[in-house]
Amino acid sequence: MSAATAAVATPSARSARSRRSGGPSGPRQRAERREAIALVIPALLPIIVFSVIPLAVGVALGFTNATLARNATIEFIGFDNFVKLAGDTAFWNSFGIGIVWATSVAVLTGVCALALASLLNANLRFKPLTRIIVLIPWAMPPVVTGIVWRMIYDVNSGPLNAALGWFGLGPVNWLGDFSTALPAVIVVGIWSGLPQTTVLLLAGMQSIPTELHEAAAMDGANGARRFWHVTLPGLRSVLIAITSIDFIWNFNDFGIVYVLTEGGPGGRTMIPPLFTYLEAFRNREIGYASAMGDVLVLAILLILSVYIVVQFRQQKEGRS
Amino acid sequence: MRTSPRVRAGQYVLLAGFLLFLGFPVLWIVSASFKSSAELNSLSASLIPNEWVFTNFTEALERQNLLRSAANSFLVAVCTMVLGVVLTLPMSYALARLRGKLRAAGTVWILATQVFPQILIIIPLFLVLRTVMLNDTLFGLILVYVTFTLPFTLWMMQGYVAAIPRELEDAGAMDGANRFRVLLHIVFPLLRPGLMATAMFTFVSAWNEFFLALVLLQSPELYTLPITLRSFLGAEGQTQLGPLAAGAVLATIPSVIVFGFLQKKLTGGMLAGAVKG
Repeated sequence: MSAATAAVATPSARSARSRRSGGPSGPRQRAERREAIALVIPALLPIIVFSVIPLAVGVALGFTNATLARNATIEFIGFDNFVKLAGDTAFWNSFGIGIVWATSVAVLTGVCALALASLLNANLRFKPLTRIIVLIPWAMPPVVTGIVWRMIYDVNSGPLNAALGWFGLGPVNWLGDFSTALPAVIVVGIWSGLPQTTVLLLAGMQSIPTELHEAAAMDGANGARRFWHVTLPGLRSVLIAITSIDFIWNFNDFGIVYVLTEGGPGGRTMIPPLFTYLEAFRNREIGYASAMGDVLVLAILLILSVYIVVQFRQQKEGRS
Repeated sequence: MRTSPRVRAGQYVLLAGFLLFLGFPVLWIVSASFKSSAELNSLSASLIPNEWVFTNFTEALERQNLLRSAANSFLVAVCTMVLGVVLTLPMSYALARLRGKLRAAGTVWILATQVFPQILIIIPLFLVLRTVMLNDTLFGLILVYVTFTLPFTLWMMQGYVAAIPRELEDAGAMDGANRFRVLLHIVFPLLRPGLMATAMFTFVSAWNEFFLALVLLQSPELYTLPITLRSFLGAEGQTQLGPLAAGAVLATIPSVIVFGFLQKKLTGGMLAGAVKG
């Protein structure tokens, strides 16, 4: 999205600057460079120290036998961590859970947000109320979200089991049962991600020209057909961007699941960031944990590039 | 384009379903914060408390560590906000106006921070902070928060900068003002809405943040509010659901208030960064 616009914008900006500075390294440009340095240095220092260096070191640590112990000698061990990781079934279990968790949350949030945004775009009443209700889960600290939903899911005093009780159904240990823990956690992920996704999709919908809808209506298209043939194609790139971001955020997320289940029961909700966290700060094996992090980055990049390529190829085919 | 009554009815039913899903858990914890501990542990759950109890809030506030954590959180959030604005402003200007290699590097970095899991960065970050003796300090946490909110605030702010016509700056430059005077007197005042959004965003991010604080803070007296609330969930917390709910409600109020002001600007900013980048 940004890359395309930047590519369009750059040549004109460049020509504007060379026109004014009159040459590749005139005095004007040298002054500009000094100014640029002065403007950038304050933010660049923390970025380098607390972000770029840790990023690079984090990737590199995966190739070492580093531990958290003070004064431990760190040795490069090549791909040993990755070879060990390839046979680590606990990690790959966790990886699979992470894929299920992030995909489910991203896709279901996208579907729900699409429905909710269409409703909000359809001139219904109760808009101020809706706005407030949508706001709160968005603003809520993740830890509080976890606390809230632990109360909702509580075996004995939770309202969910109370509601089941009205129908004579037995209490379910939502977060403690092997089969329900992951779905229960996914619902919480949707709950906390829905507001933001909805608001972004709504903004995307409102940027679709109304003339398109009117023209389609004139041609006799009903609401559902207009949604399918006008709204959805118009939203496509926004939708691809948002589901990609939701996927990354949830795949890398930590807080909500940690507070809800700490990865239990029996590792059923042990998403990869949690698994890696425990390896690094409980087992203190930061070299091995970093190798896990490296694998996660590669996996995210791979999944995203496949998804985006497929989506945009379909979009092209749909157009032609 | 009239909508048939039957479709309308269906739309309202669906909307009600969404509002119930999103709103009920919030109502539930607010209600829990007013319930007695006997009622909280009873099997007959009802949304309206049978008797309204206000001691949960006083009890939550009387816990020394909760108040101290709230003070820590507030200090961290305000410092992150101020530092975040001060650092975002010049850099976002440079990103928007001075194109070339810097801009490309900035974009790559912003994208990389979004893709790399925090867990991979937190390990070396922990080592870096330990080396400069800033681990287990609120100052270290503030610096980390500022750095971690920069990708988004830079992205948003450069959109706001790009929306300011260059001609305004050129006019100022013609009048003999140097670049910094132009920035100070022409550009920055025009950026006030974006700066407000940046300030609110950094405040809420720091106030809500959990994972980095969990790893970087070890001393209980430095704990921020999310860490302390989470620790109440342990064996001790189970029996103290009322004060826990009250503390959770109190912790959410500042975020909701700031976010109420922020929401519109935030989405506007995301789109500004995307469209005008």
